[in-house]
Amino acid sequence: MAEFRMPSLGSDMEAGTLLEWRVKPGDRVRRRDVIAVVETEKAAIEIEVYADGIVERLLVQPGEKVPVGTVMAIIRTEAEPDTPRPTASEPVSPPAPAKAATPEPMEIQFPAADRRIKASPYARRLAAHRGIDLGAVQGTGPGGAISAADIQRAVPSAPAEEKSRPVPAEDKPAEGPHTAMRRAIAAAMARSKREIPHAYFQTRIDMQRTLDWLAAENLKRPIQNRILPVVPLIRAVSLALEEVPELNGFWVEGRHRIAEAIHIGFVINLRQGGLIAPALLNTAQKGVDELMAGLRDLITRARSGGLRSSEMTEATITITNLGERGVETVFGIIYPPQVALVGFGKITDQPWCENGMLGIRPILTATLSADHRAVDGHRCALFLDALNRRLQEPSTL
Amino acid sequence: MIDGEQALRTITYREAVREALREALQKDERVFLMGEDVGRYGGCFAVSKGLLEAFGPERIRDTPLSESGFVGAGIGAALGGMRPIVEVMTVNFSLLCADQIINNAAVYLYMSGGQFNVPLVIRLATGGGRQLAAQHSRSLEGWYAHIPGIKILSPATVEDARGMLWTALQDPDPVLIFENSGLYNMEATLGADAGPVDIHQARVRRAGRDISIITYSASLYKALEAAETLAKEGIEAEVIDLRTLRPLDERTFLESVARTHRALIVDEGWRSGGISAEIASRIMEGAFYELDAPVARLCSQEAPMPYAKHMEDAVLPQAAGIVDLVRHMVNAHG
Repeated sequence: MAEFRMPSLGSDMEAGTLLEWRVKPGDRVRRRDVIAVVETEKAAIEIEVYADGIVERLLVQPGEKVPVGTVMAIIRTEAEPDTPRPTASEPVSPPAPAKAATPEPMEIQFPAADRRIKASPYARRLAAHRGIDLGAVQGTGPGGAISAADIQRAVPSAPAEEKSRPVPAEDKPAEGPHTAMRRAIAAAMARSKREIPHAYFQTRIDMQRTLDWLAAENLKRPIQNRILPVVPLIRAVSLALEEVPELNGFWVEGRHRIAEAIHIGFVINLRQGGLIAPALLNTAQKGVDELMAGLRDLITRARSGGLRSSEMTEATITITNLGERGVETVFGIIYPPQVALVGFGKITDQPWCENGMLGIRPILTATLSADHRAVDGHRCALFLDALNRRLQEPSTL
Repeated sequence: MIDGEQALRTITYREAVREALREALQKDERVFLMGEDVGRYGGCFAVSKGLLEAFGPERIRDTPLSESGFVGAGIGAALGGMRPIVEVMTVNFSLLCADQIINNAAVYLYMSGGQFNVPLVIRLATGGGRQLAAQHSRSLEGWYAHIPGIKILSPATVEDARGMLWTALQDPDPVLIFENSGLYNMEATLGADAGPVDIHQARVRRAGRDISIITYSASLYKALEAAETLAKEGIEAEVIDLRTLRPLDERTFLESVARTHRALIVDEGWRSGGISAEIASRIMEGAFYELDAPVARLCSQEAPMPYAKHMEDAVLPQAAGIVDLVRHMVNAHG
């Protein structure tokens, strides 16, 4: 059996609301099938399953809001249909913090008075130290509580055991999606600036060759398939990451983890306000046409709903492109637990010296924000250099 | 002693403050005293009596009834290199200059990017118990202790009244000294060499093993009186004088609670959101597993201070109330 749990769709996600099931008990599912749609503070996300099998039971009803980690469905895996396995085998998405599976202990319920032993913290400590069972001690302290004096009078017995009891999860009041997204962004960005020692790097790149190449390439394509200038930039970032892989990955639990695949998160501004940074999965394996199609699809789905959970969780680095808005330079804030963010500004005609000659060239300001715990300036410089080099040889893109 | 006396002598809290002022004015020419009635009248509580004659109107400056104005002038003088001692007659009137204290003095160092310290000392009388009714009996020192950027001193003893001022003047940042007006007539014996004292440590004024009574200012004497009564019943209370409310010396009271396993906070301020709440929280944070009983507090009743003597006594924490509470905490039987 595999447990299908509410996934963490970002380091800032605490809970999600099930909007719909795309499967019913008895349905056969395959790894990566979308089986549910979940509303998070950011968007409605299609959730994929990570096990092959048959849907045994659905445990959460549409409309229910449950914490990250809650078991939502049981999948009977086909390999061993009748043998229950102890734990699920689905991988936990990398950005999920370890605590995500635990409900937040916010509201403490006092259990029934007749069940609970009242003892002062000091008395409990003494009792544990001397192996005295609190249940056998008569309390004479304030309110009948067991005090240290009661322990000192008591005779040692078998060690007492204190059981921790589950604490109900906090039930948050409903909130509009706009406010909720703002809060989610606020939490992620505040965490980033609080925890990540950002180092910033900037370089100016002559885009003449890339734009010339792009114009020539676009002449070969029908209008609807034409490639936007941001696509060669994404492609160049992907290639540069292959030279400096340290920037592609995560800082998790005090350790730097370099990701094997490159999934570039792309910041998409939403019309109703707020933003989202879903990933173009496996960027390294895609050429410019595939990237263009992927980007168009991603933007459409980000704005209309329908992003997939893997796209929300697996980004290994993020690109923000504010060139369309007329900004020349953007130094972005890293999306934790990623370790780098690449920023692109507007391409503007600038005076430019090359080989002792002054000319006018379309210049792009590229920036890199890097987590200095994970990488040092030298490697960051190499990355920007590689990025520049790729854009000077567009035929290699 | 300034005049050459050498032996032990008995002086009042008021005289101790005056000696401290006199010493500061003599030792540092940048020091001056400014406030309402501090000069010709000799101070509302007669603390600065005789200083105008000794030091002249340049250094003992009478001000108009304009707290915001003269505290602001004090801040300016401090920024300009002087070491002003500004007397705000009572904490009640400090509300008129709270903006100067909180919005200016406390934050200039920060707002100037570390360029400008404000070496200002403000003295204020505080406390109730003298039938001055609701507008003139407040104890707001705990309130000021909420503010980062200032230090809050609360001398309870003649020794501290004598010694805290000079140490406060050496501090590069604003220091508020709260003198409980009920203590001015209290006498104590001081050594001839009594002088500056530290302002960063609480003191155990009476050692005991059964409970820590944490208090400050005039309530110290109620706690000590209660401790004497309790001792006759075999309960040994430890009494801690906080002395400084900001920064709090939590180490001293946490160590004490770790010995006695019980804590009672006695505070003339109100309970809700008061310094007693802060101390209780710190005990919870730092000594929870040492506690053998819930932390208790005895504060002023949450009402405007009554004028009538018997009602005022009922509002303020009293020794009898401390004794009752401690008895219950230590001798509870279910």
